[in-house]
Amino acid sequence: MTIRCEIVSQDRTVFAGDVDMVVLPGAAGEMGILPKHAPVLTTLKYGIIKVRKGGKEELFTVAGGIAEVQPDIITVLADAAENVEEIDEVRAAAARKRAEEVLAKGIPANTDMYLVMEAALRKSNLRLDAVRRYRRGGVRMPTSEN
Amino acid sequence: MASAREMRLRIKSVKNISQVTRALETVSASKVRKAINAVTATRSYATKAWQVLKHVAQQPGRDSLHPLLAKHASVKHILAVVITGDRGLAGAYNSNVIRYTSQQFDPSTGFASGQRSNVPVKYIAVGRKGRDLLVRRQKNVIAEFSNLPAAPTFMDVSAIGHLAVEAYKNGEVDEVYLVYTDFVNMSRQITTVKKLLPLELGGEGRVEDFEHSSASTGPAAAYEYEPDQREILDEIIPRFTALQVYQAILESQASEHAARMIAMRNATDNAKELVGALQLAYNKVRQQGITNDILDIVGGAEALAAK
Repeated sequence: MTIRCEIVSQDRTVFAGDVDMVVLPGAAGEMGILPKHAPVLTTLKYGIIKVRKGGKEELFTVAGGIAEVQPDIITVLADAAENVEEIDEVRAAAARKRAEEVLAKGIPANTDMYLVMEAALRKSNLRLDAVRRYRRGGVRMPTSEN
Repeated sequence: MASAREMRLRIKSVKNISQVTRALETVSASKVRKAINAVTATRSYATKAWQVLKHVAQQPGRDSLHPLLAKHASVKHILAVVITGDRGLAGAYNSNVIRYTSQQFDPSTGFASGQRSNVPVKYIAVGRKGRDLLVRRQKNVIAEFSNLPAAPTFMDVSAIGHLAVEAYKNGEVDEVYLVYTDFVNMSRQITTVKKLLPLELGGEGRVEDFEHSSASTGPAAAYEYEPDQREILDEIIPRFTALQVYQAILESQASEHAARMIAMRNATDNAKELVGALQLAYNKVRQQGITNDILDIVGGAEALAAK
């Protein structure tokens, strides 16, 4: 018994396949979805999606979005999503530093700029956190890229 | 037959034109590649979003769920968002869209959803060519968006979707349609009409999913909503509806560049053929002229020798 899972971000399909179980960071807390789950429509928080398939587990960061659960399919429409294995740590760290610097300069709250940078900070924190905690084989050394 | 000088000029001008069309073809070829990347990147998200909207529309008691799901009691006004290009020289691309639009929405030629023959239609024109053609046909164009950037972001065009959604919410219009050109591949683009609001259960009309498959499931059970129904529907319905407009614009842009590239390639081929034919005719004229000159000289010489 499996359930189809499709994780789509705005610019690409991040994951698609038949899986045993999915754990979503729902707005009201983590929710584990098994096949034949009742239909649910939920918003997602910043967090980790766990996809379990044949004893193996794949992890994805998700920066908000919505998920639709049908008995035979889970559709995740993420504002941004990424496989934890693919995260470029160096870039994420740089992005966090940039966002922190801009925010430290004290731009007034509630401007667009503030919100954008805050979102960027949250996103890079999430990615770095995900890498530290979940990446197989621990933290990789920085690559020469960038 | 035209004089040799006239023909030379003609050949030169045809050659110049073929140079221009070839340049346009090359430019379109690179633009179409970018446009295809953009359209395929967002296609799966837009398709999934549309499916989710359709599932929501299948919920029991949909009319009370959200103002955008509620069908208006009677259809008094229709809004059509018509997407064309800003420029011509793209074969029949722009005129196809307008012709299709009038087939769908003119009272005399019938109507997308059947019987209603005398419902006034308002238009939102996206693209300068479409605006000009609609205005010339004396249509009621209530808004126009032209000079869109080459690779628009969602933010650039969200105003268009927003306008349509607002008009529906205020009750200014009772149905909203989207007319655009669906990009299938380089040589095939389909002019399509899609009913945007109120959301339909699906399965109506022509291919209307951006992805050309219909892997939709048929659920009917009521959703559980988290955090709560109002909040989540308020967030996704207007945004996903606007997203459909965005996707339609990307599809149309890819189609436009593809159509222009094909049109320009044909024009270049035609010009080459024409130059060949003209060159042949010119050579004949020139040879005829030389023959005549020689005949004159020979005739003159013989006349002198005969004296």
